[in-house]
Amino acid sequence: MSKKPNITQSKLPLSGRIVMFFIRHVQQGMSSMGELWRSPVSSIMTMAVLGVSLSLPAALQVLVKNAENITQSWNNAAEISLFINTGRSEQSIQSLLSRVKAFREVETVSYISRDQALEEFQRLSGFGEALSYLDDNPLPAVVTVTPSVKYSSPTGARELLVKLEREPEVNFGRLDIEWLERLQALLKLLEKTVLAIAALLVLAVVLVIGNTIRLAIMNRRTEIEVMKLVGATEAFIQRPFLYTGIWYGVIGGILAWLIINILVWYLDGALAELLGLYGSQLTIQSLTFAELIKLVLLASFLGWLGSYLSVRQHLRNIEPS
Amino acid sequence: MIQFEQVSKIYPGGQKALMDVNFHLRQGEMAFLTGHSGAGKSTLLKLITVIERATAGKVSINGHNIANVGPKHVPYLRRNIGMIFQNHHLLMDKSVFDNIALPLVIEGFSHGEIRKRVAGALDMVGLYGKERHLPIMLSGGEQQRVGIARAIVNKPPLLLADEPTGNLDPKLSMDILRLFETFNDSGTSVLIATHDLGLIARMKYRTFTLRQGRMLGGESTDREVMR
Repeated sequence: MSKKPNITQSKLPLSGRIVMFFIRHVQQGMSSMGELWRSPVSSIMTMAVLGVSLSLPAALQVLVKNAENITQSWNNAAEISLFINTGRSEQSIQSLLSRVKAFREVETVSYISRDQALEEFQRLSGFGEALSYLDDNPLPAVVTVTPSVKYSSPTGARELLVKLEREPEVNFGRLDIEWLERLQALLKLLEKTVLAIAALLVLAVVLVIGNTIRLAIMNRRTEIEVMKLVGATEAFIQRPFLYTGIWYGVIGGILAWLIINILVWYLDGALAELLGLYGSQLTIQSLTFAELIKLVLLASFLGWLGSYLSVRQHLRNIEPS
Repeated sequence: MIQFEQVSKIYPGGQKALMDVNFHLRQGEMAFLTGHSGAGKSTLLKLITVIERATAGKVSINGHNIANVGPKHVPYLRRNIGMIFQNHHLLMDKSVFDNIALPLVIEGFSHGEIRKRVAGALDMVGLYGKERHLPIMLSGGEQQRVGIARAIVNKPPLLLADEPTGNLDPKLSMDILRLFETFNDSGTSVLIATHDLGLIARMKYRTFTLRQGRMLGGESTDREVMR
């Protein structure tokens, strides 16, 4: 025997192997897609399960996003009302105004004099008649301060309030922010809940795909044995299963996106009606295109992960005998 | 081509399948491996294809000690061995073409090359024009030929056959053996495991006989002299 060919390596040259590597990837990717349509009922069932599982965390994400959107507009509207001691002269109030305006933390200052306050109250409260019987104007002058963006958070606004209350003209100030703090705490809780539920559902997606791939492997047991007998590497055998998992993820992700859009469309009408009663123009924001891409990428990664775990565990156990 | 040196195989559980087996199949040689069922024929073939590994002794193929072939390299080793089985191990839901093309697809040949080689292999086994058939549409003999075509399609230097004629009548069995002879003529080493002694008696090749896991010496040398 003159030449001793190395029997434990591929016969093709490296360049040919690299080109064929990519061609095989495309082919196996496509054929595993075709494989899914060969058993449409079970494939569609699996995809539907994935779509529903993924749509829940995505829906919660939409909820959090919209809630944040709404509270953000509220956040910026945080106002501090300063009630001025009744005995103060107009002059001292004006000097207070100019001092407060100079504060770094203050965006705008507006002043409602006692007379203006009374007028407004008469107009809005419906007690106009009754008030005219009073000898004296019981209302204090009010200075409304809007904090700058930096100080519009609950803690920032509170600091500013304390500072403003130190002014001698100010009787007391009010920051109507407690409800905002509660809302934010609630939102934080909601966000954490979403994360926990999302994590559980993500786990469910991985398990569903893993189990589906396990069944696919069991169904093709003889084929895998034959492939191993004629010299297929593990990578070659597992590739179609990994692609199947990825396809499941991609289609499940798109399905989840569709479900979200239908849900938003369904809720938007009802919400518009509700907000219309409050004279608000808010609409629900659905997932953006970038978020759709993220969702599909995440889903396909989960699909890959599920099938990879399954393939690792089950493919090795199948050996020709 | 294949060399066994004091090879023993004991399965987990203590069953002694092979004991101290020595034999050498030369490059380009065709030989038979016989013995009763359970004598160790299948085990011997499994050791060559690394489906099982020897408990003791040394198995070499082409001068490589296969104890040194790690699991990652086993697939590449198997690509050099055409294997033929009694129940032919065809994929029943794939066409004849796809079945035969499998080793080429695994190796990474281009589509045009695959078509050419599959056509050539089908021609050799006398099934030209049946690419699109499913194995189930073929007779037992034809299915066996598809299995043979798959084994030779990437021109391996070694062919192993495990009872390739087990389910066939004598005439078909002879046809299959003639087929193996043509491969052998073009330089392929061939080892055929069979218990069909009548078949062997009519041919002039060396015979290795296993009995209860041991290789019997005498007969094979006799045959060698005859040749």
